[in-house]
Amino acid sequence: MSLRIVVCVKYVPDATGDRKFADDLTVDREDVDGLLSELDEYAVEQALQIAEEADDAEVTVLTVGPEDARDALRKALSMGADKAVHVDDESIHGSDVMATSLVLAKAIEKTGYDLVIAGMASTDGTMGVLPAILAERLGVPQVTLLSEVKVEDGKVTGRRDGDTASEQLEASLPAVVSVTDQSGEARYPSFKGIMAAKKKPVEELELDDLGLDEGEVGLEGSWTAVDSADERPARTAGTIVKDEGEGGKQLAEFLASQKFI
Amino acid sequence: MAEILVYVDHVDGAVRKPTLELLTLARRIGEPVAVALGNGAADTAAVLGEHGAVRVLTAEAAEFADYLVVPKVEALQAAYEAVSPAAVLVPSSAENKEIAARLAVRIGSGIITDAVDLEAGAEGPVATQSAFAASYTTKSRVSKGTPVITVKPNSAPVEAAPAAGAVEALAVTFSEKAHGTKVTSRTARESTGRPELTEAAIVVSGGRGVNGAENFAIIEALADSLGAAVGASRAAVDAGWYPHSNQVGQTGKSVSPQLYIAAGISGAIQHRAGMQTSKTIVAINKDAEAPIFDLVDYGVVGDLFDVVPVLTQEVQARKG
Ligand SMILES: Cc1cc2nc3c(=O)[nH]c(=O)nc-3n(C[C@H](O)[C@H](O)[C@H](O)COP(=O)(O)OP(=O)(O)OC[C@H]3O[C@@H](n4cnc5c(N)ncnc54)[C@H](O)[C@@H]3O)c2cc1C
Ligand SMILES: Cc1cc2nc3c(=O)[nH]c(=O)nc-3n(C[C@H](O)[C@H](O)[C@H](O)COP(=O)(O)OP(=O)(O)OC[C@H]3O[C@@H](n4cnc5c(N)ncnc54)[C@H](O)[C@@H]3O)c2cc1C
Repeated sequence: MSLRIVVCVKYVPDATGDRKFADDLTVDREDVDGLLSELDEYAVEQALQIAEEADDAEVTVLTVGPEDARDALRKALSMGADKAVHVDDESIHGSDVMATSLVLAKAIEKTGYDLVIAGMASTDGTMGVLPAILAERLGVPQVTLLSEVKVEDGKVTGRRDGDTASEQLEASLPAVVSVTDQSGEARYPSFKGIMAAKKKPVEELELDDLGLDEGEVGLEGSWTAVDSADERPARTAGTIVKDEGEGGKQLAEFLASQKFI
Repeated sequence: MAEILVYVDHVDGAVRKPTLELLTLARRIGEPVAVALGNGAADTAAVLGEHGAVRVLTAEAAEFADYLVVPKVEALQAAYEAVSPAAVLVPSSAENKEIAARLAVRIGSGIITDAVDLEAGAEGPVATQSAFAASYTTKSRVSKGTPVITVKPNSAPVEAAPAAGAVEALAVTFSEKAHGTKVTSRTARESTGRPELTEAAIVVSGGRGVNGAENFAIIEALADSLGAAVGASRAAVDAGWYPHSNQVGQTGKSVSPQLYIAAGISGAIQHRAGMQTSKTIVAINKDAEAPIFDLVDYGVVGDLFDVVPVLTQEVQARKG
């Protein structure tokens, strides 16, 4: 039996660019380049490795995002995923995590899955909760924040390095997995991969296709509201000294003046 | 007064500091009722009472340790149903955020994660968040259901506010879902005796400039002289010089101490994402152009192998 893997990938504003909020207090996507969230590359990588180990597997990458989000799908396809699903509907603009996860859950159910793999956190919202919410919504086990993952005999196992302990986890498929950036470097797309990606199918879905209503998504359908977003005043320029033998002493002086010692 | 459910982070009954901070914030919006789960839950009551918890709901069951996340969600849900609170507050940590998020779905409520401040507003609690590596400050609220809000460590002072702290056993029945993800083994992290990274008032971090695992001894020596926690950049962690559990940044721990000292760290955006809300920032770097200097209150352009040992000596001398 074929193993159906769905990888959730998010299209995000480049963290090294000048990220801003737009007038409606959603993320400004006009003035900054977008890309596949770097942490989702780890999810794609693990999906590909699991697929390579399996007898017969198919890797579908899924994103909920605007038209440009296709770039994120293309990148994942060029890494080696088999096909893509893009949920793009104007009414989704401004969705919070509850609305986004609802759309993702519906799309995953429609696509069909044995295993869902996500990144540990997006690089813009950085909530780190979407995979757990997906597990809740889909009613399957969550095996999240794994630094090592393995799928065998209908079971997923992995290592989760927590705050106070490192845990070994086990669950039966279907399940939702998320992987950390400790799970193993993501591969670079090869030239062949990039060329092949152009021919791979990208399925476009709208809300209607998922049986969802406009009122369940977007700013309207969200369960949270942002009232203000203010750019932080740049930190006032600090004192910078050059060490000419006295640097350590001068720093100690500063720390003492601030009552740290 | 409206009751506010506060999820307790504790290790075998020892309450961690972020929970006490949360009680300070909870009192701004209502009357705190704490929920403590697992081994030693009832032992938390005294300290929670001293900090404002009117009641402490406790549950102990093997499920909390044997299965991932969901048993805790179900217990918190039981507490929610018993109390009908005006808000649910949870100290941010990777696992706690997952617990909070699943609870939010179950009770049909919005969630805000990693708040750095909280105040009462006309339409319920207003949370301050720090976005895009702390380059923005946002104010948000939950517009549907009972607000579920996770709060970052070091977001509020710990204040004594004696209350009853009456212990009540919480009845929990686990569903089949609670047994979905088995924890087949657990290896506890060895304690270094240093403060917990996310809770520490002072953090001293080393980066690629430290240039070797053995050289981290000079970072540790400075940390110990200040009673600080030790952090590391991802470059240092990836090189195997320091454990991943000490990584500061986007994919490591997010810290917000009174004082952050970065030695041999360039200040890449992903590192800044984890430390930019620190109150006072100090850097030691031999490159005057390093981006970290844009953030600092005090910077020393110099070789950390010269500056750090002298600083450590000075700190020790001044502390006598
Ligand atoms: C600065 C900022 C703060 C925010 N704060 C909140 C908040 O407090 N509460 C709230 O409800 N919403 C919030 N949002 C909105 C939220 O980020 C989005 O709804 C988002 O899609 C889900 O959360 P995340 O990106 O933080 O996901 P995370 O939980 O950090 O993402 C984990 C993984 O989920 C997958 N994933 C996430 N989004 C998508 C997607 N669109 N398509 C495919 N896969 C995806 C990826 O695999 C990703 O690695 C915030 C957004 C921003 C930009
Ligand atoms: C998705 C993603 C997530 C990431 N998450 C994180 C994260 O959580 N945390 C994190 O830190 N990084 C993270 N990174 C990596 C980040 O981009 C940087 O690569 C990393 O922070 C660099 O570490 P560094 O500053 O120690 O090293 P470098 O950038 O190499 O800087 C070393 C600095 O040390 C200085 N130096 C060298 N020798 C000395 C000396 N003898 N004395 C004084 N100064 C000296 C140099 O001048 C230089 O400025 C992430 C990257 C990605 C893509």
